[in-house]
Amino acid sequence: MMAANAHAPSGAPALEVIGYSKRFGSFAALDDVSMKVRSGSFHVLLGENGAGKSTLVKCIMGYYTPDDGQIMINNREVEIGHPRQAHAHGLGMVYQHFTLVPNMTVLENFLLSRPHVPAVVDWTRERAELEAFLAGMPFTVPLDSAVADLAAGEKQKAEILRQLYLQCRFIILDEPTSVLTPGEADEVLGTIKRMTRRGLITVLMITHKFREVNAFADAVTVLRRGRLAGAGKVADLDNAAMAEMMIGHRDVKQAVDRVARAAGTPVLEIDDLRATDDSGQEAVDSLSLTVHAGEIVGIAGVSGNGQRELIEVLGGQRHAVGGVVRVHGEAYGATRAEMLRHKVACLPEEPLRNACVGHMSVAENMAFRRFDQPPNASGGIWLRRAPMRAAARALIERYRVKTRSPDSPIASLSGGNVQRAVLARELSGDVDLLIVANPCFGLDFGAVAEIRAQIVAARNRGVAVLLVSEDLDEILELADRIAVIFEGRLRHETASCGADIGVIGRAMAGH
Amino acid sequence: MIARDVAMAEPEHSPAHAEPAAAAVSIAGPEIVTGAAAGPSIRMAIDDRWRQAAERVAVPLIALAASSVVFGVFLALVAQVDPLEVYGLMYQGAFGSWFSLQNTLVRAAPLILTALCTALPARLGLVVIGNEGALVAGGVAAASAGLLMHGAAPIAVQLVMAVAGMAVGGLWILAAGWLRHSRGVNETIASLLLTYIAIALMNHLVEGPLRDPQSLNKPSTAPIGEANMIGNLPGTDVHWGLALGVIFCIGTYVLMRHTTFGFAADMAGGNVRAARGMGLNVGRLVAVTCLLGGAAAGLAGMIEVAAVHGRANASLVAGYGYAGILVAFLARHHPLAIVPVAVLMGGISASNGLLQRRLDLPDATVLVLQGVIFVMILAGESLYGRIRLFQPRGA
Repeated sequence: MMAANAHAPSGAPALEVIGYSKRFGSFAALDDVSMKVRSGSFHVLLGENGAGKSTLVKCIMGYYTPDDGQIMINNREVEIGHPRQAHAHGLGMVYQHFTLVPNMTVLENFLLSRPHVPAVVDWTRERAELEAFLAGMPFTVPLDSAVADLAAGEKQKAEILRQLYLQCRFIILDEPTSVLTPGEADEVLGTIKRMTRRGLITVLMITHKFREVNAFADAVTVLRRGRLAGAGKVADLDNAAMAEMMIGHRDVKQAVDRVARAAGTPVLEIDDLRATDDSGQEAVDSLSLTVHAGEIVGIAGVSGNGQRELIEVLGGQRHAVGGVVRVHGEAYGATRAEMLRHKVACLPEEPLRNACVGHMSVAENMAFRRFDQPPNASGGIWLRRAPMRAAARALIERYRVKTRSPDSPIASLSGGNVQRAVLARELSGDVDLLIVANPCFGLDFGAVAEIRAQIVAARNRGVAVLLVSEDLDEILELADRIAVIFEGRLRHETASCGADIGVIGRAMAGH
Repeated sequence: MIARDVAMAEPEHSPAHAEPAAAAVSIAGPEIVTGAAAGPSIRMAIDDRWRQAAERVAVPLIALAASSVVFGVFLALVAQVDPLEVYGLMYQGAFGSWFSLQNTLVRAAPLILTALCTALPARLGLVVIGNEGALVAGGVAAASAGLLMHGAAPIAVQLVMAVAGMAVGGLWILAAGWLRHSRGVNETIASLLLTYIAIALMNHLVEGPLRDPQSLNKPSTAPIGEANMIGNLPGTDVHWGLALGVIFCIGTYVLMRHTTFGFAADMAGGNVRAARGMGLNVGRLVAVTCLLGGAAAGLAGMIEVAAVHGRANASLVAGYGYAGILVAFLARHHPLAIVPVAVLMGGISASNGLLQRRLDLPDATVLVLQGVIFVMILAGESLYGRIRLFQPRGA
């Protein structure tokens, strides 16, 4: 028999949330939010980072208990105090990151996720039942492949099928396409869309991407700072209206307009670079690239195609296996002397993990580049903390870093402020080459705009910028030239104006 | 604080999924931008710094208090003596008279130096416990150098002995650091095993090639000679080793706090990825720090030879190295805190004799106390950030 769910409604359920509120300490993550998801609809939950989307979904799934409010399924009030109860009501969630066990087969994974796994498994019968189940589904997955061997799109499909197998007919998708190529995303979402049309399931999807809303969604609910900012049918709303609901009215500096300029001299030249990942597998494979002064070269690609290793080699955190990196025509080994001489700055992803020491103060972290230079050091030996702190105060003010004092440990700052502090450190000096990786990951809208503006401003000053980002929109917005990385190789290189998104998307998928 | 509360409340918290935590970014939290009129925030920040400092003193004191309770229960139940009497005697035996105080300081001197052997590499995040090995190797090297220099001026002999002891002790710990840095071998295990090699090597040398034929019961090297012995501090029976230890501690403090080397070491110790990203030569930092730490322990060995035993033999293996680990942890690897903590530990071991004579306690009694203290100190690490009184108030 299949996973039994006695209470699970048979058709696609309707769900309504009325007046949900959730506080964490003095911070209202949700404030009187109501949302109505019709049976068999494809409903999108829109909002910036921190708008309360995840909190709302976690309340629905029983991970949090809301302080106030009710939830109705098929117009009957229900109580969900635990994830198990949510499952019993047919609510299932597909997370942003895969939760299947990679080295087990799809069949084993499906069986494993059942609430009650029998002590002795009759594999022949289970397989027959699963095959019968899959036959009734609009798409299928290979049952005997290890999950690790599946492509990202197939994994995502397996995650969705698993929820259906567990009798969930209301499926919550948390940014399901962030790990997929555009082609894969369209295919998965298109299939889901058809399933909602047939009344098989109801879908609530969290996303940032308007393109997906326009192409697939029936209705949308928009949250802003924990409150309901608007809702409606997608057909009645245009992008400008949704953007306004999402962002509201606020003063945010727009990205600095790019100054048209001729390509300068080559600053960074990468020639036939090869590097391995932590397990010794080839991660960067014969990669060659040149970045000129005054241009931003964007490297697009789905995560895990060698971007991390490339950045680590350029930043001095990993040894290359082969190839040459030259800056200003000289061989570059990322030593401190070379960084100083060639004016290289680096803004790695997750700056707290990659570019800061959490327990050291904001002032000390801001001095990492210049602590051994005058005026911070006399004779290159004796540390002078007063100029260090004075410089930090100026940077804190100029880059609007929110900290209680320059002496607070940098780990006590919020993510956006750590990012600002690192940006201040890297851009405050004289810079010729800036290496940036996923600079806006996990930041809110205001911080993103500011950081992007700083990067463009650096380019306008004549800095050569190498931007590695998994966010294609970011690359399209910032880069002068775009290269696509796939399995450690550059597959496609194009000027950004007149770039063909279709070609870029196919290159990201390795075509 | 908000972000932290939210993050802790989140059941499936992953960096990529930290939406509620990021929410604290977009709301204007209670953080205050410094720069403009930020009077109260500066005062708060100073208060917070005092709270942090107080915490670093209070937690070890709590651990010491807890250890004395546990040890007291042990004394009452297992050894069947009055714990208060024992503690009274211990105070008397450690600090009660000029004589006992000097005895304490003599024992503290090597502890100060061996503690640095753990405390220095700890700045780089290494847990080195091969202090005993570096002390023994340094002691043998110093004795050999002293014998080679026989006939030279005493000050020259002493200088060469010190350099030899420090060099060999330093190389001993450098080996562990090198294995860690370039081969990924766990430095704790490597340094511990190097200790056994050092002791075995010492036994081999004093029983074989370096043996003085006149040392019958206890195989030893030949004596370095009365004239070459290090004397006492003026007006005391405490040898110069104590002063050398204190100077070494102060030097370490200056190096770690006031030089660019110390700053770079802090970076590498706090986050090696960030240090590499800033182009620092982490291997050199590890090498220099391990060399210095080992040199401190090697100097302790030289002092044991040149101020106490007059020759190298199995007496070098007296547990000063292991006790030094305890001192370093109790001092939280702070070079200046090592001095008082070493005096405390020296006092405990100095009181041993009195406990044996008066209460007929076995000489392992103080080792039990040391062990209890060590466990309590390690357990106390979990208290940092948990005590409300010491938590920062600003956020």
